[in-house]
Amino acid sequence: MKIGIVVFPGSNCDHDCEHVFKDVLGQDVTMIWHKETSLAGVDAIILPGGFSYGDYLRTGAIARFSPVMNAVKEFASGGGLVLGICNGFQILLEAGLLPGTMLRNKSLHFICRETCIKVENAATPFTNVCRSGQVLKIPIAHADGNYYTDPVTLAGLQANAQIIFRYSTADGKVTPEACPNGSLDNIAGIRNAEGNVLGMMPHPERCAESILGNEDGRTILLSMVEEIRKA
Amino acid sequence: MKAKIHVTLKQGILDPQGKAIEHALDSLGFKNVANVRVGKYMELDLDQNDRAKAEAEVKGMCEKLLANTIIEEYRYELQG
Repeated sequence: MKIGIVVFPGSNCDHDCEHVFKDVLGQDVTMIWHKETSLAGVDAIILPGGFSYGDYLRTGAIARFSPVMNAVKEFASGGGLVLGICNGFQILLEAGLLPGTMLRNKSLHFICRETCIKVENAATPFTNVCRSGQVLKIPIAHADGNYYTDPVTLAGLQANAQIIFRYSTADGKVTPEACPNGSLDNIAGIRNAEGNVLGMMPHPERCAESILGNEDGRTILLSMVEEIRKA
Repeated sequence: MKAKIHVTLKQGILDPQGKAIEHALDSLGFKNVANVRVGKYMELDLDQNDRAKAEAEVKGMCEKLLANTIIEEYRYELQG
């Protein structure tokens, strides 16, 4: 099994992802520079967090035109697993691989803290080792995580169980107060209609081993590994 | 030819920066201010003398990169 991690100029969570997949989950990892045009036979793609192209213009707006993104789109349309974390989620939105966009956080602040997210759908390649309704403690670190889309698209996301994670209280109540950034419907993570592309603002790679005091993020990355193993 | 491009949030889209500025203006004593909206202004030189072609190019840039049309609208002027 080989996990490909795309490195854009300004990515800064790429090596955290590499560490978790390689050292914690024991998988082969290959780092893919954004100028590459082929994904070299990987089983899954991670678009990591960071500040690709300095977030100039809009988050993810320039990275989506990196040469590697054509290969990522092709990989996704063939059913390959793609996970975008934080800036990776923003890139997936700008690239049109996921619907909607991000607005500046409602508070205007860059928020870096632990959040609780509720697993709304455990029957996905990204959550198959979770329980439906399970609450995961995973940190966020972003200024633009206020998910927005038009009402018709939002209704579609809700109807098709595409909202995978919602910000919640520690006991799983999805309330406006539990939403750190103003996201519509407390959205913390969504998948595409086909189910193989997930974008999420919280950082599972930052809490995936016991030495860090929190292993909740491991469940998401382990789910991907389990999914590939089954296939 | 020079293009002057304005990209602004669509009506109805929350603009937290605009709200913060509005509150700041209010606290500075500018009490008759409402609906502050923040946008982007870009200028660029185009090596193109044909106005219709220049317009098509600028429109293409706005649609493809400069504006996110889910939440933003754009307008432009061409000079020269």
